[in-house]
Amino acid sequence: MGYPHKPHPRETPILSRHFGDAEARTLDGWKKRGGYRALEKALGMTPEEIINEIKESGLRGRGGAGFPTGMKWSFMKHGDGKPHYLCVNADESEPGTFKDREIMRWTPHALVEGAAIGAYAIGAETAYIYIRGEFTEPLRMMGAAVKEAYAAGVIGRNAMGTGKRVDVYVHKGAGAYICGEETALMNSLEGKRGNPRPKPPFPAVAGLFAMPTTINNVETLTAVPHILNEGPAWYKAMSHSSPKSTGSKLFSVCGNIARPGNYEVEMGFPFKDFLYDVCGGPPPGRRFKAVIPGGSSVPIQTMEEAEATLMDYEGFIAQGSMLGSGGVIVFDDSQCMVKQIARLARFYAHESCAQCTQCREGTAWTTRILERIERGQGTMEDLDTLLSLSKQMTGTTICVLSDSCATPIVSGISKFRDEFEAHITGKRCPMGATAAA
Amino acid sequence: MADAQQISLTIEGRQVSVAPGTTILEAAKQAGVLVPHYCYHPGLPSPSSCRMCLVEVEKAPKLQPACVTAVGEGQVVHVFSEKALEQRKGVLEFLLINHPLDCPICDKSGECELQDYVYREGPARGRLHDPKRFNPAEDFGGDVLYVTNRCIMCTRCVRFMDSVAEDTVLNVSERGDRAVIGVFEGKGLTHEWAGNVIDICPVGALLSKDFLNKARSWELDRTPSICPNCSQGCNAIFETRDNQVVRMRPRSNTEVNQYYLCDSGRLDYRWMNRTDRIEAPLVRRGDRLAAADWDEALRAAALHLNGKRAFVLASPMLSNESLWMLSRLVEKTGGKGAFRVRRGPEAPLPGAPDLALRAERAANVRGAELFGFTKTDAPLAGMADGDVLVIADHDLAEADVAELARASAVIVIGTVLPEAARQAIVVFPSTNMAEEEGTFTNIRGRVQRYQQARSGPGMSQPVWWAVGDLLTFLGEGAGHYSASETFDALAAARPEFTGMSYETIGLKGQLMAGSSEPAGTAG
Amino acid sequence: MGGTRPGSDASHAVHTSDAHYEPVFAGEVERELEELLTHYPTKMAALLPALWIVQRERGWVSEEAMAEVAERLVLTPAYVKGVVTFYTMYHQHPVGKYFIQVCTTSPCGVCGAEDTLRALLEHTGCGELGATSADGRFTVVEAECLGACGFATPIMINEEFVESVNKDNVTDILSRLP
Repeated sequence: MGYPHKPHPRETPILSRHFGDAEARTLDGWKKRGGYRALEKALGMTPEEIINEIKESGLRGRGGAGFPTGMKWSFMKHGDGKPHYLCVNADESEPGTFKDREIMRWTPHALVEGAAIGAYAIGAETAYIYIRGEFTEPLRMMGAAVKEAYAAGVIGRNAMGTGKRVDVYVHKGAGAYICGEETALMNSLEGKRGNPRPKPPFPAVAGLFAMPTTINNVETLTAVPHILNEGPAWYKAMSHSSPKSTGSKLFSVCGNIARPGNYEVEMGFPFKDFLYDVCGGPPPGRRFKAVIPGGSSVPIQTMEEAEATLMDYEGFIAQGSMLGSGGVIVFDDSQCMVKQIARLARFYAHESCAQCTQCREGTAWTTRILERIERGQGTMEDLDTLLSLSKQMTGTTICVLSDSCATPIVSGISKFRDEFEAHITGKRCPMGATAAA
Repeated sequence: MADAQQISLTIEGRQVSVAPGTTILEAAKQAGVLVPHYCYHPGLPSPSSCRMCLVEVEKAPKLQPACVTAVGEGQVVHVFSEKALEQRKGVLEFLLINHPLDCPICDKSGECELQDYVYREGPARGRLHDPKRFNPAEDFGGDVLYVTNRCIMCTRCVRFMDSVAEDTVLNVSERGDRAVIGVFEGKGLTHEWAGNVIDICPVGALLSKDFLNKARSWELDRTPSICPNCSQGCNAIFETRDNQVVRMRPRSNTEVNQYYLCDSGRLDYRWMNRTDRIEAPLVRRGDRLAAADWDEALRAAALHLNGKRAFVLASPMLSNESLWMLSRLVEKTGGKGAFRVRRGPEAPLPGAPDLALRAERAANVRGAELFGFTKTDAPLAGMADGDVLVIADHDLAEADVAELARASAVIVIGTVLPEAARQAIVVFPSTNMAEEEGTFTNIRGRVQRYQQARSGPGMSQPVWWAVGDLLTFLGEGAGHYSASETFDALAAARPEFTGMSYETIGLKGQLMAGSSEPAGTAG
Repeated sequence: MGGTRPGSDASHAVHTSDAHYEPVFAGEVERELEELLTHYPTKMAALLPALWIVQRERGWVSEEAMAEVAERLVLTPAYVKGVVTFYTMYHQHPVGKYFIQVCTTSPCGVCGAEDTLRALLEHTGCGELGATSADGRFTVVEAECLGACGFATPIMINEEFVESVNKDNVTDILSRLP
């Protein structure tokens, strides 16, 4: 639902059904709303059966990568005698994205249930929920929910009386966007600097504490109980464009738009209707100019591209961007694209872990150039330099933070070149936007 | 012999076969191709973070980091293709933008890997039009100065202290382009092996305070040698400028010291440059010693030794060649020999197999014992009254002084004339180990060659040369006039050295018969 | 870069107190750490949670505290410091009674975050980013995306998350702080 707004009739509230409902946060309240039936069912199935259901449903990772979840789970070799781990990636830090936060603070038990099922399916007896340090309320809610679940015997040494063990720990992050990268998350959990690791080795082979590990996003895991309850066919049916994209997706909508908030729609929903109808269109007296549909690391779309998009993984790619995390950032015609792109570059420069040369130096350098252009002190040569540096920063590093910094720069210069040139030739921001502090 | 387990691939057009699991970078070395790199080091775990080693592998969608990518059967790898060169040029450009470019005042100039690769493959001009980042330099403790602005964040130093020295006193602090190498206040690089971070730093970010501003790298002559300061026998390079040893650096040897030298060893070279040396043979004329030529001095010494026993105080810092000749003198005169060795605490380097600063602080204790010299804290106790005491470059302790009176005569063959031995009747000037070539036998029985790095003062000669001539004057026939010949004679006479020669010893050394190194040392 | 980190220019300054250092992990807090250690197979994994306890107890993480944590977890002080300086949320020097972080990343940026920030700097008396107000009550810094983009502008006041802050309700929010 477009919490805090009432759900729009064209939404499909599944994960978001109980947003705003305080009672849903308690164990009893959650059970009353159908909670923990799926976990009980799962504990009576074999891990292989569960994985097959998830594979069949077409569920893909909702954190940004879109990797098929069933397949990811199947990479964990059972019976290898090693401790397996499930890491829940609740580090939500991608600008524009705020859906996992809502899931955790309104339906914490949904995540406990999803994580427990996921852990069981991959042969893990321990699940860590890595929540970014700034998420005070989700930390509190998840902590309370885990405590309740232990007290009721839902999880623990004897989950639901089946003799199977599922331990869930909440682990608090300390302020680093890069810890949302799965290998950096593992390093951070191990008590290290949040540096991403080169792959191979892949987490399913050697991950947390060098043991087989699966990392899943919050939203992905909360879809799992629904799939087990309603069956994979039900989930697969929620697919109105590409058959490779199924189910519902929470889109976080923010920026210059009438009704920002989280909205849950089925895969393949027309983006134009979404922006103008479901989310209420632009603020009064304004027109949309650009939209970043999947969190700041995906290419910027022109309104022409956006309005032609059908909202699924393949649909966004077809219109010059990606679905990513589903964080929809909308810019109206009062915004300066140069300023916003400069600010995004500054974000990446702040968050770079410092391992790879291109990222460490490139995120900072491109930020300086962009800020200089914004101040009216740029040259045409700077645009060539930006594009050249962006090329150097793409496909060359351990993780994709560097690529993510390059993306808004490349798509920005490509699709809004006139704004950059106006700053350069006019030696000032044509929108009169104030320079960076 | 074709091993079915080997993987064959082509690197820069050269076919090579290696064991499965070998990285492309190591396979390339075997093919004679050096893949440019910074963060990779064969002795350290690899983070693949510098991104210099990205190579083009045909059919792979992206460039692959050669230092962590395992070889695949039939791979075709290009290190110098256009794509690879362009990527590397980009990395170099990024490394240069905040670099102070202060080569004219940087000690690393001339042996700097940033210079090397930029010169070969880097961009000709920079594109930065914004202010450079600045951080002040920091004293990291020990011998190490950290010049922050030159650092390329390869983190070799951090990984060395963590995984090889097992003393995690270096960290990466901060994030992004604010990242620097840091220490915790009050806990710096005092570890015995910390100075190695200076060697492994590819650029001039970590510098030796001892070497600071002493010499330009291109002014240095470099000689392969052995560190003589303990019995480990680490392989070293002596670097000299204007005939002064100004620096000792490690020479890699997987059987002995991997890539490392300890601080106590490497920084203790000043004695090699001492100027208060015996420069000419001296003979006693009345109450003073006067310069003479070798023949006169040798004749005088032989005269005193005639019919007497020689008691030889032989320094455990002497070469096998010198000690063997001294043992022949002992044998000839029916005498004895002994030595004292200075001791200190042992300091292992945990991450390297069987490597430590050894308790016995001399290069050739093993050799001295082998040739019959007794190791004791009271070496002169074994001297009989009336013996001719021959002091072969051995220090005299206070306790020794009283014993000197029991000798019928004192002959000194050494680098420096000890105050207490001023009563000597003959003094011969010898070279120190930096001024001659020879061999040492290390704690594990490895015989290793060292070479001449500087010329000795005046008329000095190696101890084996002097003793050879002395034996001639004592009726023994001609001496030897090269270290190599002396060694050959030694090898013919002593079973432990059978079959050895300077050729077989080479630059990596050779184990004596019956010796072994502990398991874990690379074979 | 690094305008969002308080005291980043002073990263070389050492913040230690002259007074005798009282260990953090004693009594109840020690027991808390012991329980925490049972969650992980290695001591090192308890590092971030242990540092959170330090910050909760003392308001910031001093060099002595880093050394204490290091000893408890069999790590070196340099290692702990390397971790502390990586993450933005651990304060390495004392901050105002109310540490205020304001998100200014683009989604909030286009919704008036800069105005919110300016209003906060003015009404807290801090004047500039990272500086503590004269009465010691406030420190205001920029933060990167706080994950509440639909509720612009979100701010954090210590551990409290406050949403939908704008230049008009800043004074009201501040006045409600004890």
